[in-house]
Amino acid sequence: MAEILDILLSASFWAAVIRIASPLIFATMGELICERAGVLNLGIEGIMVAGAFAGWMAVYSGMGLWTGVAVAMGAGMLFGLLHATLTVPFGLSQHVVGLGITLLATAASYFAYRLALPRVTTPPRIEAFQPLPIPWLSDLPVVGHALFTQTPLTYLAFVLVAVVSLVLYRTPLGLALRAVGENPSAVAAQGLSVTGLRMGAVMVGSGLMAVGGAFLTMSAFNSFFFEMVNGRGWICIALVVFGAWMPGKALLGAVLFATFDAFQIRLQQTALGADLPYQLFLMLPFLLSILALVIMSRRASVPAALMVPFNRGDR
Amino acid sequence: MRLEAIANPSWSRRLGFPLIALAATVALGSLLAMLAGADPFATLGLIVKGAAGSRFALLETLNRATPLIFTGLAVAVAFRAKLWNIGAEAQLYAGAVMAVLLGTGALPWPSGLLLPAMAGAAMLAGALVLLGPALLKVRFGVDEVVTTLLFNFVVLLLVSMLLEGPLKDPAGMGWPQSARLTPEARLPRIVDGLRLHWGFALALISAVLVWLIQTRSTLGYEMRAVGLNRQAAEFAGIPVGRVVLKTALLSGGLAALAGFSEVAGLKGNLTLDISPGFGYTGIIVAMLALLNPLGVVITAIFVAGVFVGADSMSRAAGVPSYIANIMLATALLNMVLAIQLSRFRVRWG
Repeated sequence: MAEILDILLSASFWAAVIRIASPLIFATMGELICERAGVLNLGIEGIMVAGAFAGWMAVYSGMGLWTGVAVAMGAGMLFGLLHATLTVPFGLSQHVVGLGITLLATAASYFAYRLALPRVTTPPRIEAFQPLPIPWLSDLPVVGHALFTQTPLTYLAFVLVAVVSLVLYRTPLGLALRAVGENPSAVAAQGLSVTGLRMGAVMVGSGLMAVGGAFLTMSAFNSFFFEMVNGRGWICIALVVFGAWMPGKALLGAVLFATFDAFQIRLQQTALGADLPYQLFLMLPFLLSILALVIMSRRASVPAALMVPFNRGDR
Repeated sequence: MRLEAIANPSWSRRLGFPLIALAATVALGSLLAMLAGADPFATLGLIVKGAAGSRFALLETLNRATPLIFTGLAVAVAFRAKLWNIGAEAQLYAGAVMAVLLGTGALPWPSGLLLPAMAGAAMLAGALVLLGPALLKVRFGVDEVVTTLLFNFVVLLLVSMLLEGPLKDPAGMGWPQSARLTPEARLPRIVDGLRLHWGFALALISAVLVWLIQTRSTLGYEMRAVGLNRQAAEFAGIPVGRVVLKTALLSGGLAALAGFSEVAGLKGNLTLDISPGFGYTGIIVAMLALLNPLGVVITAIFVAGVFVGADSMSRAAGVPSYIANIMLATALLNMVLAIQLSRFRVRWG
């Protein structure tokens, strides 16, 4: 018990929580935007891989860190465009296309990695984002270190949640976006383009997923490994459900999830961790996500037109 | 733009678009080969030669196709009833674990009894793995896409735990691998001297059986009805929930046979890398076959050929073998688009 208390009271633990939550926040916001517009984006896992690779590769080949983030976002938007083209105007199965995009984006990243670095065994490193303590605030006890001694991308993640909420609930664009996920016919009747809105949402959402992936290679770590995304994309889909498709609650879910994840990592290093197989701890995040889905799925707040293609003139 | 259904698509339309899709995939493959600094025609030639250029290559392709037929069937059965089973990977490993549990000396039975017992236990384990997400879907309305995906990670970690714990081979020099199966527990070769085991025959038989179930049985009819229109099926008195659960049992069992056949037929023991994503590739196999169980056999051999051919080409020409994954994912996307275009006309403006 004392050990567990030690973990929970240490400032470095809470700093780790925020760090682990950051890529999830980006990708969860991305998925949330897609789903609010009525498109389930199962390309998320692969788009995160593509973002992780593209951002890292850009910096490795001499570009600046922020340019790298932009490159990652661009790569994500490109796959988003492909996803959106197939699922929105052509109305193909969002399940099949999404999984296809994940397979394609993952394979393309690995192919490009092998092409660029044919014979490396240890992946080369880049000069990643460094923590940027915010004056005054970072001096606060416990909270200061955890919240305000992070890398710039983490601050951006939190700003993003505020921006997404603001746009979604306080602007005409947000209203149209939410409406297109609930009742696309009504949006079309208003003279707005359902196709345009949905495609835009999927592209922007996919761009954000890619930035989430880039966080892994450019902020959390400093190199690219195969399988480094490791199911985070799928977890973000669960987090969107957990957050009942609302940005604020999804953020809460991401932080809660990251708390458990950081906790299991610390727990592995205690006496208890030495007795139990480490796989049990690694399983926890996935089991928690499933549990969260079960608990939250009973509340029906799903966008009404999620996964329903819209074809003008159909009844 | 707007899609307009075509009442009776012409043959040229139904064949033309899939052919264009295939051509586009090959064109992309050539482009990637050029990007890697290789001659595109030589690269494609090497892939074909590596997949089917010799008796050895062909048998290698059929061996690789075996697990893909099983996972392809698992996906085809599930997707037909709109049960999105993305967890064939987990079900495969569940089957493989059962094969190891029974096949390493626990049951002192002759082959004729032991092998069916192993296959049955594998199917049961795989069915149970998918029953979880299926029950969650039917009872609580939890989306099975995410749960089956997440279960893949859970099951893989569980297998890793078993391989470093109770199932660890004491003679394995510390590697996380299981003990080897006893000779009685191995699937024999179909023809002496040819490196092709009975798993392949079992896969063919399974495909025919699944086809019979889908086209000639009440369950098959109900599965299709549920897939086409859930509300209408319910209205017609079909017990939708129960049909979904039965579909899950069949689908999970089929995927588990892939694990059984890899362990008992090809490998002889269980390691963590026994499946390089056969579960996920099964989705491509099933979709390319338009969810037709007999078509799955053909597309599985095709997909296996691309993988085997690309491996051999990669060694010879130096183009990364991930070219196979790119081409197959593209083929999947191209093909679903082509099928849609063969059924709908695009109207602009």
